[in-house]
Amino acid sequence: MAALLEVKNLVTEFPRHGAAPVKAVNDVSFSLEKGRVLGLVGESGSGKSVTGFSIMGLVDAPGRVAAGDIFFNGENLADLNAEEMRRLRGRHIAMVFQDPMMTLNPVLRIETQMTETLLAHEKMDRAEARARARDALGMVGIPSPEERLSAYPHEFSGGMRQRVAIAIALLHSPELIIADEPTTALDVTIQAQIISEFQRLAEERDTAVIWITHDLAIVSRLADDIAVMYAGRLVETGPVAQVLTDPRHHYTRGLMDSVPSQNTRGALLKQIPGMTPSPANLPSGCSFHTRCGGADGLCTKLPPEIWEGERSYRCVHPLGARALDAITGEAVS
Amino acid sequence: MSETNEVMEKAPKMPLVQARDVTRRFGATPDLAARIAISAGAAEPPAVVYALDGINLSVARGEVLGVVGESGCGKSTLGRIVAGILPPTDGEIRWKGEPHHKLKGRARKAADLAAQMIFQNPMAALNPRMRVESIVAEAPRAHGLIEGSVSDYVDEHLRMAGFDPAMKKRLPHEFSGGQRQRVNIARALAVKPEFLVCDESVAALDVSIQAQIINLFVKLREELDLTYMFISHDLGVVEHISDRVVIMYLGRIVEEAPVEEIFARPNHPYTQALLAEIPRIEPRKRRFEAIKGEIPSPLFPPKGCHFHPRCPFAHARCRVEVPKLKPVAGDHLSACHLNDEAAAGA
Repeated sequence: MAALLEVKNLVTEFPRHGAAPVKAVNDVSFSLEKGRVLGLVGESGSGKSVTGFSIMGLVDAPGRVAAGDIFFNGENLADLNAEEMRRLRGRHIAMVFQDPMMTLNPVLRIETQMTETLLAHEKMDRAEARARARDALGMVGIPSPEERLSAYPHEFSGGMRQRVAIAIALLHSPELIIADEPTTALDVTIQAQIISEFQRLAEERDTAVIWITHDLAIVSRLADDIAVMYAGRLVETGPVAQVLTDPRHHYTRGLMDSVPSQNTRGALLKQIPGMTPSPANLPSGCSFHTRCGGADGLCTKLPPEIWEGERSYRCVHPLGARALDAITGEAVS
Repeated sequence: MSETNEVMEKAPKMPLVQARDVTRRFGATPDLAARIAISAGAAEPPAVVYALDGINLSVARGEVLGVVGESGCGKSTLGRIVAGILPPTDGEIRWKGEPHHKLKGRARKAADLAAQMIFQNPMAALNPRMRVESIVAEAPRAHGLIEGSVSDYVDEHLRMAGFDPAMKKRLPHEFSGGQRQRVNIARALAVKPEFLVCDESVAALDVSIQAQIINLFVKLREELDLTYMFISHDLGVVEHISDRVVIMYLGRIVEEAPVEEIFARPNHPYTQALLAEIPRIEPRKRRFEAIKGEIPSPLFPPKGCHFHPRCPFAHARCRVEVPKLKPVAGDHLSACHLNDEAAAGA
């Protein structure tokens, strides 16, 4: 089966005065099948959100997608004009942002904002659109949806607003949802509620999801596949069960060790030294080599993408890699 | 005065800081005209939030007390009151056994300097127009703590916080979040504190930087014999760093226990629900289960046990009677009516 989304060698760059442009996303390739959840993980400035924006065609000028192809349902998005892209966005690919106030217009009633989306994409009358909007609110767990339709965004709590944003994203049952840190700003118990609603709805509709986050714990429970980004590049990809039990890249291992847990109580965490390099001034070769414990002279050259069954990584000194012929594609469990 | 203090410090089990029946209300105080209007029934009394409602708590010297709760539970207010930068409405804070509000003059100054806060947003806590060296030097200089070279004093404290003194002439905006937080830590350390209140101090940082700052806190505790109150919504972080944990919900403490105990045998239904959501890396797909309902507004908290509208075990008594914080085992305290019934049934 052809993949629903295929990103090939994507480069998104932002120009600078009197210097080479900054490559926020650098040679990123991945694919996603129907009904799968991909966790796109990275820290601030790793390019994970810009990757999402690039797929949506929402990179603001002067930033631009400088190279690479994005195929959605076999169609190259670069070939679409603005009008065709507008029809795709919202209906076939939807996005949920970290801050629901970014999605919601503060001076319009929820009803107006929801029916607007429906009427823009589908032929229906207002009463029908209203009924669809009401059902969508009910589905994401908003009590008394009929009354809440006429409320304004500020009358909702943060968690409820995010539910509204998710309801809007789901209105057209899109094939792909890009969720950019949708629960980061929420309280722990509310976060769990939102993820559980999201998980249920995506499964029911066989929706593909790109879940962009810095939180490995969420990805480990929610996603099928994981892609780890560092300084604009994908450094490791593969099924969650393989990558998070037996990571190959030192950065993935470092991120996992940075998460405190019961096993580390009283001890020091294994920290990654230094900090993320500025994208304007990246080290040569593997961008992580300046912070990596296993780096040597080889790492100043860009490592090739190494494939091992379903997983890939860019590291010349991979962790835990056995002889390549011994590797099966089976999940390590 | 100093003698009695020394004796007290040597006495075993003397808590460093204690909160006794601390209540903190926020809301407008009506003026005379408004009071008359209210008593005549012509106006509504102003809305009052009980950010803290009868908190009793003590922090022993050298321990790390973790305070966990969600938005609006009063954890930050508690931190401010314990650090002495916000007075309680009712109740009192005792610093080394002395009521804080009765301390005067030099003793008051010493107590205030000894308790320092480290905030969530490192940029908001730094004056954007002051260079790092002035930020760190300002307080110790004003209080006459520096003997010898100011520059050496600043360097020493920046180094303690893992910040390269070569960069001390720069301004806060030139640094990343992690480095700014190190400057905040150096600023707090510069007045030789005994007690640090860390209010979500690592929440705004990236995962790898968060681990560095947590390690720094652990190292400083050993080197400088510090006591911490570590306020966070992140149970993983609290579990890692704390000796004892307090769980708060809407202005009240619902459970308090040593860290192993609370994570092994959570008693309160709210704690149990929180622990079910503890962030762990466990690579197998599973459903997220969640407690139902929203966090109620602190303006209109539910009657009885604040948690009852969301509690799967709530019954009639929970809706009317506020449960008391009572021991369930040793130094494990919990505020839940179910414990009484379990005890009665046994």
